Amino acid sequence: MTQVLIAITILWGFVFIYAVMATMDFGAGFWSMLYINHDKTKATNIANRYLSPTWEVTNTFIVALVVAVYSLFPGAAYSLGTVLLVPGSMILLLLAIRSAFLVFSHVADDYRKPLTYITGITGLLIPGLLISVLPISHGPYIDFEDGQTLLLGKLFTSPHEYAFFGFAVASTLFLSSLLLADYSKASREFEAYKVYRRDAMIIGPISVLMAFLIMVTMKNEANWIYERMMEDVTILLISLFGFLVAGAALFLPTNKEGMKGMPRVAVVAVTFQYVLASYVYGNAHLPYIIYPEVTIQSGFTDPNSFRAVFITYIVGFIILFPGFVYFWSLFMKDKRYLQQKN
Amino acid sequence: MDELVLARSLFGTTMAFHIIFATLGVGIPLMILVAEIMYQRTNDLDYSVMAKRWTKAFAVLLGVGIPTGTIAGVQLSLLWPGFMEVIGRVMALPFQIEIYAFFIEALFMSIYVYAANRIAPWMRIISLILVAIGGLASAVLITNVHAFEGTPAGFNIVDGEITNVDPWKAFFNPSFFVTAGHVALSAYVVGSFTIASVAAFKMLRTPFGSRVYKFHGKALMICLFVGGVFAFFTAINGHESAQMLHEYQPEKLAAAEGLFETQTHAPLAIGGFTDREEQEVKWGIEIPWALSFLAGNSFDTEVIGLNDFPEEYWPPLFVHTLFNAMVAIGSLLILLALVAYVWKKLLKKDRYPKWMMWLFVAGGPLSILAIEFGWIFACTGRQPWTIYRILSTEDSVTTTGNIAVLFILFVTVYAILAVAVVLVLLYYFKRNPPQKDLDKTESKEIPLST
Repeated sequence: MTQVLIAITILWGFVFIYAVMATMDFGAGFWSMLYINHDKTKATNIANRYLSPTWEVTNTFIVALVVAVYSLFPGAAYSLGTVLLVPGSMILLLLAIRSAFLVFSHVADDYRKPLTYITGITGLLIPGLLISVLPISHGPYIDFEDGQTLLLGKLFTSPHEYAFFGFAVASTLFLSSLLLADYSKASREFEAYKVYRRDAMIIGPISVLMAFLIMVTMKNEANWIYERMMEDVTILLISLFGFLVAGAALFLPTNKEGMKGMPRVAVVAVTFQYVLASYVYGNAHLPYIIYPEVTIQSGFTDPNSFRAVFITYIVGFIILFPGFVYFWSLFMKDKRYLQQKN
Repeated sequence: MDELVLARSLFGTTMAFHIIFATLGVGIPLMILVAEIMYQRTNDLDYSVMAKRWTKAFAVLLGVGIPTGTIAGVQLSLLWPGFMEVIGRVMALPFQIEIYAFFIEALFMSIYVYAANRIAPWMRIISLILVAIGGLASAVLITNVHAFEGTPAGFNIVDGEITNVDPWKAFFNPSFFVTAGHVALSAYVVGSFTIASVAAFKMLRTPFGSRVYKFHGKALMICLFVGGVFAFFTAINGHESAQMLHEYQPEKLAAAEGLFETQTHAPLAIGGFTDREEQEVKWGIEIPWALSFLAGNSFDTEVIGLNDFPEEYWPPLFVHTLFNAMVAIGSLLILLALVAYVWKKLLKKDRYPKWMMWLFVAGGPLSILAIEFGWIFACTGRQPWTIYRILSTEDSVTTTGNIAVLFILFVTVYAILAVAVVLVLLYYFKRNPPQKDLDKTESKEIPLST
């Protein structure tokens, strides 16, 4: 693989990891809000138990992502920075409110409810705005004649944008409910498990519907990428199959405590589904970062810088990996944490 | 206002707001670590309670520090795309490595807070050390980008194209260690003096000799000690920073000192305001020959004045006043710690007079003011450049409009966060006074997370 392809693959990896972690994060915030009055089910407790230790780590990934864009593709960073000033600032404002109030809601007990509502709602808007970067990168909403300007009016009246927005929100709720179902099962919270399993089963089909909606609107508004995605239609079908496996896993065997389904299998199948779909999307997007002006070649950094940065990725990974494993073992596996009494 | 001024105002406001939390985020973990170590050494439960309470405050401050840091990082690309294009090509390493530091801090912060009662005491100390190292490394690495802006290295520009990129040479640019050291040391000053402020204020509000009074008294002592030591190191390092300016950015030093004519045996102007028309510092005190000596360790050192540079390259002249205010506060803090030490240990007095207590209370806010002055001096003193003599601020700024609206929105959000964070801290510590924690601790070992 050439350096440019390695670089874009790293970036794609970051986007994917952040997308998954962020949907869990924002989704957990939303569920924590939705079930705040259902003391019986412990659904809010489960969401908070996941959210409290992880939000900082998740937030670090968005910074890692932005840094990866400007250190690997500084040329693209120029155009992206210019075009995304307004949507990017909106995301930042919401993110600031959301993170701060999330922390505050755990400290100021008497004001937990209003603070959790702000956290939950802002958290649901952020994924919708974040994913808007994708339709913007498809090109039709940018005026390249007069500098590079984003046509905000055109963007926010486009069905394509709203298909993406809806997909992001639905995916956020789907992935997070699925993960929280799994997390509740590991925590042996039967009531919470039932709630999240039901949510996942309702929202799963909606998210797939939204994905179809993206394809339909894409055909009209960004035909170039639609055509290219259709070249890999087999992989898209396999991806859809992953979704069906996940659905089946939620229905299948009942274990001895009466918990229906195998949420862990569903989580893996759905992750697999999203990996494949985003691979097809990303592959069709190449070589463009912003169609048709910025390509991965035109935006690429200096080769010397790339080598140095690449080495730090390897060293950084070696140093951080044990830390992540330790973190995982303390918050995702340790029964003393999962099954604590609140 | 034109877009450049608006963009600078917006980014300046973001940084001015963020550095308060970022600096405390570097400084407070050191104090938590000191308290934890004191606890392990003396077995005095008060120190364990301190560590617990400061951790809570730290976690709340992180709730603002992390998102505002994210804003600062992303706003760099949004507002200064021209600048970030160069930085991305040449100076990506510090940002990249900073991410790893940030990860270490985030991972072990969560472990220290949410798993405290499930991990061994030594692992708690290790986690805390990693949090402190992560925070420190983040500050050092980000400051390195600022250092590079003043003393760029590791690349050439031929016909507008960047060539010969040597990313490690850029990383170890001439002012890296001095500049980053200054930020790191001063962060420890701010962290400790801010906690000292709170402790002193609480002591004024508590009856002398009570349990809680003694608790705050111990906190005040370790904070003044750590703060004093680091304030002293900051001053030594500040001297090196000035010498570095003398060598690499003479017009910045000239503006800082209000010196117009190039001369040997240059005088040092303390205080006052620089007058552009009359080319002198008004209302200041002048110490003959001192500036030459400070700049090059000899009275014969020739210090270059502003008149040797075209006026359009002059930094704004108000930086002289900012620079002096920063130095004055730093010196005052050293003095404050010294007096406290003499009073307590040499004169063996059992309490401080009220006026001195109020000075301790002022120490924290003053130290924060000092870093604000320092950063404004450091960044406006570099104008009109984002990368010294290579890239102008004008060429770095975004071409998109709408900044005025965004400026208002961001300022509003910062105001909301500022008010909210203060209210939350007051609320929490009012609900959980030290007495409550002390009682709990004495009855049984308490987990840090509750």
